[in-house]
Formats: sequence, structure tokens, C-alpha cells
Amino acid sequence: MAADLTETVTAPGSHAGPGARRFHNPLRTAPKPVREASRYAAVAPFLAYIVIFLLVPLAGIAYGAFQNPDTGAFTWSNVNTAVHGAFLHGYEQALELSLIASVIPAVCGLLLAYAIFTDRGRGAAVLRQVVITASGVFANFGGVPLAFLFIASFGSSALITGWLSDIGLNLYNDGFSLYTMSGVALVYMYFQIPLMVLIILPALEGLRPAWREAASNLGASSWHYWRFVGGPVLLPSFLSCLMLLFGSALAAYATAEALTTGTIPLTSIQIGSFLNGNVIAGQENVGKALALGMVVIIGVLMIGYVLLQRRSAKWLR
Amino acid sequence: MAAVATQTAPAPAPIVARPRRSFPAWRWAILLIAAVYFLLPLYAAIRFAGLHAFGSVVTQPGFGSALWLSLRLGVVTWVITMLLMVPTTVYVHLRLPRLRRLMETITILPIVIPPVVLIIGVLQVMPLSLRSTPWLLALEYVILTMPFAYRALDAGLRSIDVKTLTEASGSLGAGWLTTLWRVILPNIRTALLSATILILALVLGEFTMASLDLQTTFPVWIVLFDQENAQISVAASIFALVVTWLFLMLITVVATRQSRRTGGGEVTLFSVAPRETIGN
Repeated sequence: MAADLTETVTAPGSHAGPGARRFHNPLRTAPKPVREASRYAAVAPFLAYIVIFLLVPLAGIAYGAFQNPDTGAFTWSNVNTAVHGAFLHGYEQALELSLIASVIPAVCGLLLAYAIFTDRGRGAAVLRQVVITASGVFANFGGVPLAFLFIASFGSSALITGWLSDIGLNLYNDGFSLYTMSGVALVYMYFQIPLMVLIILPALEGLRPAWREAASNLGASSWHYWRFVGGPVLLPSFLSCLMLLFGSALAAYATAEALTTGTIPLTSIQIGSFLNGNVIAGQENVGKALALGMVVIIGVLMIGYVLLQRRSAKWLR
Repeated sequence: MAAVATQTAPAPAPIVARPRRSFPAWRWAILLIAAVYFLLPLYAAIRFAGLHAFGSVVTQPGFGSALWLSLRLGVVTWVITMLLMVPTTVYVHLRLPRLRRLMETITILPIVIPPVVLIIGVLQVMPLSLRSTPWLLALEYVILTMPFAYRALDAGLRSIDVKTLTEASGSLGAGWLTTLWRVILPNIRTALLSATILILALVLGEFTMASLDLQTTFPVWIVLFDQENAQISVAASIFALVVTWLFLMLITVVATRQSRRTGGGEVTLFSVAPRETIGN
């Protein structure tokens, strides 16, 4: 702060008050490397925290993935085990589940967000607040309690299953089961749709009413507006949110574990079982190799996310 | 458009206020399906638990100590998150707006990094003295809450004119700390409240890391207890969900009322929409 003060005193001898200091924005003056660095120093605690509690543990995984658990020497065998056999199948299942449990909720979440966003009738504001606060809560709802909810409603002899069979629709005879891929995807939607509503709303707010008015002044129909204006502007945001949902589905662990107790071999469940100590001797670090594989997948997703966000930033806000 | 024209928003009303077709049926269908999908499982679970289970939750063995641990973790997480995120977010808004995109990307990471992956790394690299205490969990929960805490704070700061407020406060002779404590924080108290509730909701509901770190927090207790009495553990989880939701509703309703009084927009959890963009 003291450095700023001396830099921006307007004339020699005149005393510039703190207010003047702010109006003579130091960023406008010629950049000095030292001052540049000191400007960034204020974000250092945040970045340090991220490094220590997020990046160092991830680096630890990468280190452990290539380590022989007994000798500590470098080895490829953990990674080799992690990309073959049952573990490869785990990745395939996890990716398939994440795809189902991100595309459907993304579309549903977009529709729901659009429905509450465009509503302007009586009580619209209240409805919006109910949906958005509920989304904040439900997006964090997961794990075993969520599994309970669905077992109580869609289990083989549960309430909704009973209602449906009363009207002649027997879910479990038609190939649905809560404990398979389709069932888990249905459960995941319970936190994925609210998450989508929360993350797509800023993009919807970025659609300027003026664009719509301009389009309709030029004679565009609703379809034309969405085909040529709204859709293209929204698409990068939608895709980046989709990637986030994909990652979130991939990250879910407790829900799937509570529901399937391991009948679907998802990677996150396999990693969890390593942590719980169900390990064959010599394979202690395979869990870390599996985790590293997840980090690599997430890394690819995040690169896509950043690129798409950059693209959507051109129009939104 | 009609909504814009009837409001007293500063934006000029469009000259040709051509009423656009709205799709009430379409909208109601979506809302109805969503309501059914989200409320029916809740109803089924309440039916399953039975109303008497809700009363007997609090008297169960282990309930008190598990909740107490979770609450302490929540408070510690809240303190660290606020000390870390509030100054950083304010500073980035004021001085380094270029970094906002980077901040958004960094803080979204915990949503996609699996907690099960994070905890495996944490247990590997953290010193043993830290691993044997529950406070390691609080330190990691700070990371997990960042996506929600940052977005709430960011929305709060976007809804006020931080720059003008800071300049005004500075020209009256206030230093950085005074400006932050007496000018900015009171102006974003809604955002602080929503961040608080979201942090507590996350900490009170987090299961994966707590169970793999072998700490009996409230969600872990619910699962352990389920093996004895499933009805009571269902009741406990629904109870936690509904209470959090009610708190968040209360905050946004009160905040919107205050915001309306001062001529602002509608306050929601992560955004404060200027009036003219609603109903686009």
C-alpha cells in the first residue's frame, strides 16, 4: 500500500489523500515488474492453499502410482494392472455411466432452468427462489441418504414400483433395476439436474433481451432466434456445463457404492475398496494408479471446459 | 418484454412491445415432471421412515457426538474458507479482474475431482500428526466447498459496485481493513449467508472422505446406524435436507425483500439478476 501511495502522488509536495490514490489508478501508470508481482501477492495465500491441499495430494498420487509398494522403486506394474482386466472394465463402466448420467441431466437441467428463468407470471420470483435454493441443497445431496430415498421409492417392493405395477407397468419385469446402470443413472440425476440448473443459469442470464427484440424486429420467429442467435451463443456454455456434469458423475462414489455394493465395477468404487484395505499383496499402489487414471480423464475434461468457457465468454457478460 | 415495460427499471421500454407467445403448457409440464421426480422419492422415504422416527432421531446413541463432530468441522471449515476466500475474491474483483476467469476455473475443480481420489492422495502426503486428527478433514472440506463458496461470494460482489464503494470509503480516510470490514462485508451479507449455509450443507452431508478417513461424522453415523434402524437413519437424512433448504429459502426471501427496498434486483443463490434480464 505504501508503495502505491508514493507512486501516485500527483505533484511533488502535494499531499494526495487515500481517495486520490484510488482515483489515480496505479494500473494505468507504466508497469514495473516489482509492482506487478506485489499486486499478485494478495492472491498468494489462496493459491498456496490450493497447491498444498489440492495439487500436492494429486502429485502424491502420481508419485505413488509409479512406486513399488515394497521397495519404493520405480515401476510400471501398477499402471499396467490398472489399465487391464477388471480395472479396464471399471473405467469403461464408469465412463458409460457418466455419459448417460450427464447428457440426460444436462438437457433436463437446461429445460428446467429455462422454464424458471423465462417465467414471468404471478409468483414467478417465488418459484425461481424455490427452485434455485432447492438446487443448491439437492446438488450437495448424495451418498447413502440419496440411495435410501430411491430404495424407498424404486426398490423392487417399494412405493412407486408398487403404484406403477398397479397400473400394469412392472418396472422390474421390463428390465429396470435400481441396482444396475439404468437405476444408478436415474439416482444420479437427482443431484446432476440441480447442479446443471445452478451452473447454466448465469449463461441464460447472459442472453440479452435486446438480441431477441432485434431478431423479432427483423422478422425472426422463435425457431429462427434459437437456431441463429440463442442456440449458438448458448452452445459453448452448455457443452462446458456438460463436461462439468460428466466429471461430477465420474466423481460420485458413495451413492453408487451404497446402491450396488460393488455389483457394477466402477473405478471410484474400486479405488474405495483399495482404501478400505481389500488389497492383494503387492498391489497396494494399484489404487493410486487407478486414481491417476481418473485425474488424467478429469484433466482432459477440464481442458475442454476451459476452451469452451473462453469461447462462450466472447458473448456472455 | 411485457414485464420490462411494467417495471420501473431504468432501462427504456422497448418501442414496439410486441407480446411474444409464451408456452404455459410447455413450462408447466416441465415443472410438474421436475416436481414429481424430486418430491416423490422424498415422500416415499418419509412414508418409509414413519413420522414417529423423526422424533426419536435425537435420542439415539452416538447421535450427539457425531453431530457435534460434524458441527465443529463445519465451523472450522467455515472460518478457514471465509478468511481465505473473502479477501481473495474482493481483491480479485477490485484489482485483478483479469484473474476472475482463472479463479472460476480453479474453484470449479473440486466438483470434478473425485473425493475418493483426493483423499487417497491426502492420506499419502499429509504428515501423520495431521492425519490422526479430524481437522485434516476440515482442511480438505475447505477445498470441497470452494466451488459453492466462491460462486456465492462472486455473485454478491457483482451485485454491488465494489469499486465506487472502495473509492468512497478510501476518500473518507478508511484503510483496507476498515473498508473490507465496515463497507464491503455489510453489503454482501446475503452472499456471506448463502455461502455459510452451502458450506454447512456440504460439511454436514459429506460422506466419502469422512468414511475413508475413518471419522464418525454425522453422515457416517447415519450409515453405521442404518444397520440397526434404517427408518431412523432415513428420517435423519431427510431432516437435514429439509432444514438446509428452509434456511436457504429464508435467506433469499429476506435478501430479495431488502434488495427491492433499495431498488436492486432479485436475489438468488449464485446470481443477482438485473431486472431487465429476467423474463427474457
